[in-house]
Amino acid sequence: MTNAQSQRARSRRWRAARSYLVLTVLAAAYVAPAYYLVIGSFKPAADVLSGLGGFAPQHLNLDNYRSVFDSLASDSTGYFWQFMTNSILISLAVVVVGLVVNSMAAYSFARLSWRGRDKSFLLVVALVIVPFEAVAIPLLFMLNDMRNSLLVQALPFFANAFSVYLFYTFFLGLSKDIEEAARLDGLGSFGTFVRIAVPSAKPVFATVAILTFMTTWGQYLWPSLVVSNPRYRPLPLELSVFSGQMPVDWGEVLAFGTLLILPVLIFFVAFQRFFVQSLASSAVKG
Amino acid sequence: MSNPTAESPRRRSLRWNRRELPGVAMATPGIIGLLVFVAIPFLVAIFLSFHNAQLNSPRAPNYIGITQYTRLFADAQFWRALGNNLTFAAVVIPVQTAIALGLAMLVNQRLRGISVFRALFFLPVIFPMALVAVIWRLILARSEGGLLNSLVHFVTFGQVGPQDWLGNSATALPSIILLSIWQGVGFQMIILLAGLQEIPQERYEAAQLDRANRWQQFLYVTLPGIRNTLIFVVLLTSILAFRVYDQVYILITSGGANRTATQTVLYQATTSVFDQNNLGRASAITVVFFAIVLGITVIQRRLVRQESEA
Repeated sequence: MTNAQSQRARSRRWRAARSYLVLTVLAAAYVAPAYYLVIGSFKPAADVLSGLGGFAPQHLNLDNYRSVFDSLASDSTGYFWQFMTNSILISLAVVVVGLVVNSMAAYSFARLSWRGRDKSFLLVVALVIVPFEAVAIPLLFMLNDMRNSLLVQALPFFANAFSVYLFYTFFLGLSKDIEEAARLDGLGSFGTFVRIAVPSAKPVFATVAILTFMTTWGQYLWPSLVVSNPRYRPLPLELSVFSGQMPVDWGEVLAFGTLLILPVLIFFVAFQRFFVQSLASSAVKG
Repeated sequence: MSNPTAESPRRRSLRWNRRELPGVAMATPGIIGLLVFVAIPFLVAIFLSFHNAQLNSPRAPNYIGITQYTRLFADAQFWRALGNNLTFAAVVIPVQTAIALGLAMLVNQRLRGISVFRALFFLPVIFPMALVAVIWRLILARSEGGLLNSLVHFVTFGQVGPQDWLGNSATALPSIILLSIWQGVGFQMIILLAGLQEIPQERYEAAQLDRANRWQQFLYVTLPGIRNTLIFVVLLTSILAFRVYDQVYILITSGGANRTATQTVLYQATTSVFDQNNLGRASAITVVFFAIVLGITVIQRRLVRQESEA
């Protein structure tokens, strides 16, 4: 009996060890390009494109970072901090305004009744399948006079059909009892939304915030269409300008790239504990 | 109130009563935003596709019928781009879904520190495509110093020399596929992981009592258990696969990628604007692009419905 038990324990430990081995090998291969980016950002340019030697943590220094700030510091090239500020302002605006607008609409569709509601909601659901790429060109035509501004980079992304849909499925599943009690206490529709529905929807807010921040932060197509002035350029667009000039200093480009992912990494780490469970449940339901 | 005939026309013009107004007010900003920035632009795209239109031109768009479409369908470059999109989708949809499922099952084990592995596999998802393009431009660099060339040299004991992975028409699209899967698979993994966690543990225990081996458990417990999630992931991946653009544009313009072999439908659309200032052609491409995305969605929805009825 004890013999069989210890044998089972041993096989379980053996299986765990095997799992760790598989996971570690795969994860190492998977993260290698990201490691290559970060380690390369601390190396002289000549060491970056040196084959497998590019992985070696040697000759590390901060010169690349200093050069990024030094070479992007005039009106003709634009300023690094300007690019960073542009990206942060655009992304935060899209996240904050988007959360308010889309959650409010979703609550109205899921919980309040008004004439025309179902038809309007059908429209929203239909628009979920229109990818931004399908409207980028006509939007360029419509917003041509607003080119080279921060507003034009954020404006088309505030209202988002998919965000509305994510909020909608959550609000639909919310228990009605508390809301009805709040109404009996004299809270109006908007009050019930703010005081009751929003606090219970934190995970969905976090999910939509992360998804929105990630996509807005990485946006390339739209800024490449509407921004030509370095003053309004966001980071990803500048990265392709910066890495497209010959001769390329790869160390500097990788330092730029590392700085580019830092904010989104921080944002993700701050909200990620809500992310997995909530994205998951909405996907499973959807 | 005393005069009902004066009151009733006003009632009729005021469509919503007081009880309904908060709902209308709360939905309005979202609806207006979606109308102005999604629905109307789409109609504008259809309008422009029948016109000769340019940006910053004093001339108003002039109607030219279906000329943009006939020119488009007679253009070998456009067909090549569409073909690249189809190849990309045909490889990425099954391969990325399979890898995502494999990874999801791997990180669904109850092990200490498993959340670290989940985070590591998810990491590339937060990388902007512009950055992914730069990193992989270095990995795939054609010089001896390129990471992949160096690796191939190492594992073949120097038998295989440096390759121009992005420039060679045979390896250019596979390279784009590889870096796209690397960036995107973590997202599908997380969704599938959630699906896996919804499967009750008892079903596996029951299967084990029936002496089902691992493969049988996968076939008869896991797959049926994540059916809906899997369908969602396939649908999502197909649409994302058709939207491929950033990495293609960046690698063609500054990474030495083979233009013919890697251009996609959206690349054709934006270069029509950048190089020819031809909004009509770009809009016609946009309309065709949307028709394809819509087609995929409808077909897959229908397949799903048939299966669930069967």
